[in-house]
Amino acid sequence: MPETSADATGLLVDETPDRTFRQSLVYVGRLFWRDKTGLVGLIMFLMVVFSAIFAPWIAPYDPLQQDLRAAKTPPAWTEKGSFDHPLGTDNLGRDILSRIIYGSRVSLTVGFFGVLIACSLGLTIGLISGYVGGRTDNIIMGGVNLILSLPYLVFVVFIAAILGRSLLIVILIFAFTDIPIFVRITRGEVLRIRESGFVEAALSIGAKRRRIIFRHILPNLIGPLITIATFEMSAMIFYEAGLGFLGLSVPPSVPSWGNMLAVGRKYLTIYPWIATIPGLAIVFTGLAMNLLGDWLRDVIDPRLRRVKK
Amino acid sequence: MSTILSVRDLTLRFHTFDGVVHALNGISFDVQAGETLAIVGESGSGKSVTMMSLLHLLPMPPARIARGEALFYTNGTPTDLLKMSRADMHRVRGAQIGYIFQDALSALNPVMTVGRQIGESLVMHLGMDAETARKRAIDLLDDVGIPGARARYRNYPHQFSGGMRQRAMIAIAIACNPRMVIADEPTTALDVTVQAQIVELAKRIQRERGMTVVWITHDLGVVAGIADRVLVMYAGCPVEIAPVDDLYDHPQHPYTRGLLSALPRLDDRSRRDLASIQGAPPDMMASPRHCQFAWRCPYVFDRCWKAVPPYYPAGKGHATQCFYDLENGRPRTDA
Repeated sequence: MPETSADATGLLVDETPDRTFRQSLVYVGRLFWRDKTGLVGLIMFLMVVFSAIFAPWIAPYDPLQQDLRAAKTPPAWTEKGSFDHPLGTDNLGRDILSRIIYGSRVSLTVGFFGVLIACSLGLTIGLISGYVGGRTDNIIMGGVNLILSLPYLVFVVFIAAILGRSLLIVILIFAFTDIPIFVRITRGEVLRIRESGFVEAALSIGAKRRRIIFRHILPNLIGPLITIATFEMSAMIFYEAGLGFLGLSVPPSVPSWGNMLAVGRKYLTIYPWIATIPGLAIVFTGLAMNLLGDWLRDVIDPRLRRVKK
Repeated sequence: MSTILSVRDLTLRFHTFDGVVHALNGISFDVQAGETLAIVGESGSGKSVTMMSLLHLLPMPPARIARGEALFYTNGTPTDLLKMSRADMHRVRGAQIGYIFQDALSALNPVMTVGRQIGESLVMHLGMDAETARKRAIDLLDDVGIPGARARYRNYPHQFSGGMRQRAMIAIAIACNPRMVIADEPTTALDVTVQAQIVELAKRIQRERGMTVVWITHDLGVVAGIADRVLVMYAGCPVEIAPVDDLYDHPQHPYTRGLLSALPRLDDRSRRDLASIQGAPPDMMASPRHCQFAWRCPYVFDRCWKAVPPYYPAGKGHATQCFYDLENGRPRTDA
């Protein structure tokens, strides 16, 4: 069997030359079925992903379209609500459901790419730091501590003020400030694994440095890193909403959950749904990712996987 | 028989923050092709360090080889393992010399299937493609006595029992048919019945493949069952080397004699307490200026405190580092 990334990591697809792709799917399905909270998390997460991808087809309105006559319509389940706008409208009469659906795009983009960049950079830097050690390690850890010591919010405000508000900048800010977490976790794990018996054993059969790093150390890092990545992704979604709330994230014209919160804040006492509904969307996504993260942590380690729950 | 490994005056120190640890003090011994040499000694006597240093498996620093050589013979041509470059060393490890570790659980990668780990050295050294390596790994699993090798190939280490893991470790070490295998206390972590099985397995494989084995252990019972010759180490010094029967019948060093008399015997009911050697191993922070066993030795006399004893011949293939002639019950008279 060719060495695919999936079997090199020994990850979800239990590395077996004899098992077909279909059987692997069934296997993963059984893992989900065993842990129902993971399944719930997966379904919730897929709903968010689905709405982000298919937003133009499932959103009933243009998220930017204003209709002042229908402004501040409450959600459908309240007395004055109507099913024209199932989740009501905001102060300018924009359909909240459509804005929530489109808003998931911003949140997921920031979360996914932010973590992707932070994780890949953090992993590389952490590997070098942990494996090479010595002076290189000192310099890298100095840089990491420098980033960690930056007053986070002031830094973000500063950058946003200089570079302006755009999705790319938000992603880059999050990626940059999140690198230290991945560096530290990777470095710590590398230091532990490097001294482990199986690295010594791999050396004793003549494995070279590259093989040790890519075949023995890296696969052992994937478990902890994926788990951290899911949690970091949900954290980034929170932070993005927070920045949006402060008016520092994407421009106000872009429908994002944070921007919606910022608008809703002014009407919180009179028209509470304008702020509450995007808030619920954020909670929903965050919960989904955390449930999924918990499931991943239990499943990724083959030693824990076999425990019949 | 031809010599396959010749270690001369191997001296190794650990340069730590707290000072210099004199781990090996002039180790010399030969290993003959096809034989089993057992290295025995208590914990910290330098058994593992000796063999690990040959394969550059010790972290350097803190370890540093002060002097000595370890000639490894290939078709009669010696190469000094200690002076080998990293690239050359990669070609020796696994291909020429296999290493079996004591703790198979930690020596196996938890996220890699056992089969793939066995195939690793085949791919590295013999350039096998994945499919050939897989078939060969299954054969190897079968050969080391793991039932259902085909299915077991894709198991992870945690799905193996302790004995099976040690068998898998052996399969990894012998995958490329190395000429010499170093077994570093492979039976210590196992229970007695499994120990016996592993010893039998090692003997069979050695016989079938004509391998040379260096068996590190502190279990004198295992030594009697497997070794041709024995090297006894104490505090980083090679105190005695002898053919196994000769060593058990005529130990020529007080330490060896102490070890043997400390063995419990089922048939001897007259002794109620186990015999022991008085005292404790010496502090190895100081460079040895005299016999390291002098503090605990019942036969110690003034000369023992003045110099490190050299090897004295004591029969055929038998040598001991002791100034006292145990056989005749008097100090040696060479000086």
